[in-house]
Amino acid sequence: MNNNQRNEAYNQYVEARIPRTKPWPSLFNSFWVGGVICLLGQAIDTLILYWFPSISEQNAWAWTLIVLIFLASFLTGVGVYDKIGKFAGGGSIVPITGFSNSISSPAIEFKHEGIIYGTCVKMFTIAGPVIVVGVVASVVVGIIYWIIGLF
Amino acid sequence: MGIDFLWAFLIGGAICMLGQVLIITTKITSARILVTFVLIGVVLQAFGLFEPISGFAKAGVNVPIIGFGASLAKGAMGAVKSVGLLGAFTGGLQATAGGIAAAVGFAFLFSLIFKSRTK
Repeated sequence: MNNNQRNEAYNQYVEARIPRTKPWPSLFNSFWVGGVICLLGQAIDTLILYWFPSISEQNAWAWTLIVLIFLASFLTGVGVYDKIGKFAGGGSIVPITGFSNSISSPAIEFKHEGIIYGTCVKMFTIAGPVIVVGVVASVVVGIIYWIIGLF
Repeated sequence: MGIDFLWAFLIGGAICMLGQVLIITTKITSARILVTFVLIGVVLQAFGLFEPISGFAKAGVNVPIIGFGASLAKGAMGAVKSVGLLGAFTGGLQATAGGIAAAVGFAFLFSLIFKSRTK
């Protein structure tokens, strides 16, 4: 058995072993779980505006996102969010709760490597690129907007 | 008000399902999904398309990470309007500071409290 054959055999073995997500149920689950998370956000926002009528709409949203981020971080800590993730796929990744999970999950997982090199470094494995790309894009948009404003 | 909840569910669900479509068709990783959707948000906001959708979809577009991208761009453009070019650098993170600080802060806190469950 030469190397190529062995690699091929191995690839087939891996292919047969990796867990298959059935496309249609996973689309349905991502839709309703993602929808429910957004619904929860809408409910929190509505409650905040109801309880604190003097708060600005913008600050109410900021609080809503912070509450969702807190919940996702906590659920990651107790191991529930990952279970939701296996079930819902995109439904748990795309909402802001997925962003929170992407920071909390490695922070907890790698804490045995130390607070600095484990927790603090690894928490940005996924969030790092997201923040970098987002900030760079927003700076570019801001600069273009400023140039357009000159004329 | 009830209609807000319906739109939040339908639009939010549809955006998440779009993420799942990307996962199924391209085997994209979650980091790339988040980056893609943040960029979509920045672009929508830059072309003034986000606010009209956000007006009726509310949490449906603001809870998905698209809203994070839109806030970054909205913050940068708003700050440019009020303080000039400096705003392009300060506005984006100012507008999203709450979310980033909360995500980092709670992650740090809970990493001290909870143990890894993957073993």
